Amino acid sequence: MPEQSFILNGETVTVDVADDVRLLWVLRDLLGVTGPKYGCGINVCKACTSHINGKAFNPCSVPVGKIGGDDEITTIEGLPDTAPEGQRGPNGLHPMQEAWLERDVAQCGYCQPGQIMAAVAVVRRARDEGRQVTDEDLDGIRNICRCGTYTRIREAIRVGEASM
Amino acid sequence: MSQHSGTTGLTTSPAPPIDETGQPTEGADGVSRRGFLGFVVAGATLMAAADLALTEAPAEAAIPTIPSIPELYDLNDLLTHAALPTSNLITINVNEDGTASFALPRAEVGQGITTSTAMIIAEELELPLDKVNVTLSPARPELLFNQLTGGSNTTISTYTPIRVAAAIAKMELLKAAAILLGDTIGNLVAKGGVIEAPDGSSVTYGELARKAASPTTKKVKVDLKPDAGFALVGTPQNRIDALDAVTGKKEYTTDLQIPDALPTMVCRAPTLNGVPLAIENKAEVLALEGVTDVALIDTGVAVRAETFGQAIDGVRALKVRWLDGPVAGESDQDVLKKVRKAELPMPALPKNPLAHTVSADFTFWFRSNSAMDTNSAIADVRGGKATIWAGLKSPIIAQQKIAKELGLKQADVEVNVVQSGGSFGRRLFYDAALEAAKISKAMGKPVKLMWHRADDARVGRAHPMATSRVRASLLGKEVLVFHQSHTSIETDFRHGLGEVITANAADLPAGAGNLGFAETIFTLTQEVPYNFGVVLQTLAETDPRFNTGSMRNIYSPDVRAANELVVDMLAKEAGLDPYEFRRKMLRIKKVKAVLDKVAEEGEWGRSMPAGTAQGIAIHKEYKGVSACLVEIDCRPETVNRKIYDAVSGPRVTKVTFAIDVGLPINPRGLEAQMQGGITDGIALALTSSLHLRDGHFMEASWDNYFYTRQWNAPPEVNVIVMPASSDQPGGAGEAGVAASFAAVACAYARATGKVPTEFPINHGEISFEEKPRVPPVPESPTDGLDHTY
Repeated sequence: MPEQSFILNGETVTVDVADDVRLLWVLRDLLGVTGPKYGCGINVCKACTSHINGKAFNPCSVPVGKIGGDDEITTIEGLPDTAPEGQRGPNGLHPMQEAWLERDVAQCGYCQPGQIMAAVAVVRRARDEGRQVTDEDLDGIRNICRCGTYTRIREAIRVGEASM
Repeated sequence: MSQHSGTTGLTTSPAPPIDETGQPTEGADGVSRRGFLGFVVAGATLMAAADLALTEAPAEAAIPTIPSIPELYDLNDLLTHAALPTSNLITINVNEDGTASFALPRAEVGQGITTSTAMIIAEELELPLDKVNVTLSPARPELLFNQLTGGSNTTISTYTPIRVAAAIAKMELLKAAAILLGDTIGNLVAKGGVIEAPDGSSVTYGELARKAASPTTKKVKVDLKPDAGFALVGTPQNRIDALDAVTGKKEYTTDLQIPDALPTMVCRAPTLNGVPLAIENKAEVLALEGVTDVALIDTGVAVRAETFGQAIDGVRALKVRWLDGPVAGESDQDVLKKVRKAELPMPALPKNPLAHTVSADFTFWFRSNSAMDTNSAIADVRGGKATIWAGLKSPIIAQQKIAKELGLKQADVEVNVVQSGGSFGRRLFYDAALEAAKISKAMGKPVKLMWHRADDARVGRAHPMATSRVRASLLGKEVLVFHQSHTSIETDFRHGLGEVITANAADLPAGAGNLGFAETIFTLTQEVPYNFGVVLQTLAETDPRFNTGSMRNIYSPDVRAANELVVDMLAKEAGLDPYEFRRKMLRIKKVKAVLDKVAEEGEWGRSMPAGTAQGIAIHKEYKGVSACLVEIDCRPETVNRKIYDAVSGPRVTKVTFAIDVGLPINPRGLEAQMQGGITDGIALALTSSLHLRDGHFMEASWDNYFYTRQWNAPPEVNVIVMPASSDQPGGAGEAGVAASFAAVACAYARATGKVPTEFPINHGEISFEEKPRVPPVPESPTDGLDHTY
């Protein structure tokens, strides 16, 4: 069995698994990192949204063999450490997580790790383009929330953006 | 249901006297209206339990016009009363670390009941909210009816017993503190988990936990805190599980690490409820990397593997011979014909030559209540015992049915209730738990079963297709008669009230039992709160071949949408504005108040461009009333806006929603539930339905089944929680859907000038390419790195 190595939430991990197993299952079933959720397995619902080298992606649709040893995978569990210490909030979390708490966004909570990871990427993308998050950016977020927390998600992203 | 008393060995007291308002008066034990009996339960640390014998829930006072049944005795009364005989087993523990813990015999599925329950305990016990731990109780058959999470009934039925238990705990702490501090109880003040004497000496609940414990179980009397003293109940609070949710620590069924419970998926038939006959390539699939077991069960072929990815590969590689399911070859148009055939003749309208008849027929297509967290369960069936973990709203019936299926005694089946990633009615049933038990038995190994999204959408339970016909007779500006006849594919209520006795009553041959149950639910939930002369609402159901169940708010969204659209038609006919007409016709003050509130806050009647409009609607259920005012944009540039792989369509641009639930426990949680209900209402009106074609549902993805997404979410939502209008809480979880759906439907009709006759309005167009049915689940893509952002 091939050995797969990559950087997960700041630490190098190695796991024995076939190249074609999608990263989501490597994270959840083999490494026990369960923050990224399964919601469809076909890159539609976005519940597994995580970051690769700082960009949002969906591990349900990436074979682990495509991840290189230097690739940095960040799941919701590792998000707080990506924020400069001065930015972390009262709970020691990333400003976007703190915004989620402030707005009390979660209902069932299942999609929220993915929503938060997507939100961070949406803010970063806007920053890279030298602008603020727009209503169009928010409309374009594909992550589904079956509880319908969209209103508070929109509010929380504005709050999180301000303190990021 | 009285046949159950005595079966658990518990004694139940006779019902207390009820005064003319339905309130219990002073009982035989001399306990006053605010006073209740409960127990201090024997234990090493303090345990207090509630006795429900004196908490008979009052029916609402009658209104001096002819009231419909739900005004006098509604579904929540049924659920509350069903809960009465055994709720005295609700127990609060005070621990040595100063916390209180409580195992709630209900399921948290996102609706926020662990938070509201913790608030109620913290309030009565005088403990900070973060010192109260609420967990979910495993199946407890001795609770009989009292472990069903449904009908938005949790807080309605548990509010008083939980308060009583907490009040007893506080009283016992005060007694112990009085001895320790050498003062009388009356001089002591309990606050924030500390009891203080006037001399400044104090003792914490943690220090008292053992001292207040009782060596024997004893019955005690306690008074509840007066509502006027509430400091926490009624204030907006964040969810107690929010931190876990945003850090990825909140655990759902598939996150649990149970030794050797390997990922398991099921290969299902290409027609709905098709049956597997034989596996043609078992050895080939067993040889796949990671696959450990393959087993044929009655619902398909299960594959167990090291990872879910490999289980998916196994499912996709399987070659299975199938027997066609019962709806093979049919489409939803065929099913609609069957529903129409089952429609009962509507009673004749009075022959008044001056009266106008307003009539409308509506079709509501199948809809899915699939949650984000698909049907899942962990089962370990070995050595004559079974242990189950799953999100379950009726764990007792799950335990009983699983025991029967496995040929085990009920006591040998342990059923643990796990927090769920949504329910929307789906988890009233235990489909995954039962299936996982069968698979584990067949394989002789523990399994972690997860349904693929494609299965969850296609095979999972659905809101049944229904038609609603309304005939009304209008004379001048008065409505003489209002008839509504609702006809539906059978709604499965075979979970009963959560245990086997009523579940079996709902399972009588030929659907007779289920129809009785369905009619009871319909009769107890539906009402027309308008002065519409002779009002008649009936239900007929047919065809048990589909996997159905109660979807969030059951019949009400469809019934109410049909209802309110006709109200708008009547208003037009009467030459009155929709809001003014409703105001004039509403019989109930509380409903008028929420209607006025949204009209004022939402600026009813403001001038709007052509192709956009407002719509307004009301609803009354779960001991509460609601009103919704929406603004919709149906202009071509909006309807045809392009979004990749999505339906766009009309956009609801603004929603104003007002809710009066009697006593709001947590206004912030209530607001969240209304926001969710609004999102559901938009989906039901505009975008969400299942399409049956050639014997199966087409939708296999969230990009096929169009639940509301960000691009259809209203940019502006204003939820108004009305001040407390009662000392009892109403239901929250489902209360937001009906008025929202109806208001969106009415707004759409006003914006387009055409009353739609089917919902969702886009059902006629198939906006996606169907995923294959063989294999039944799609392959996971490999190009994820091409779509980073």
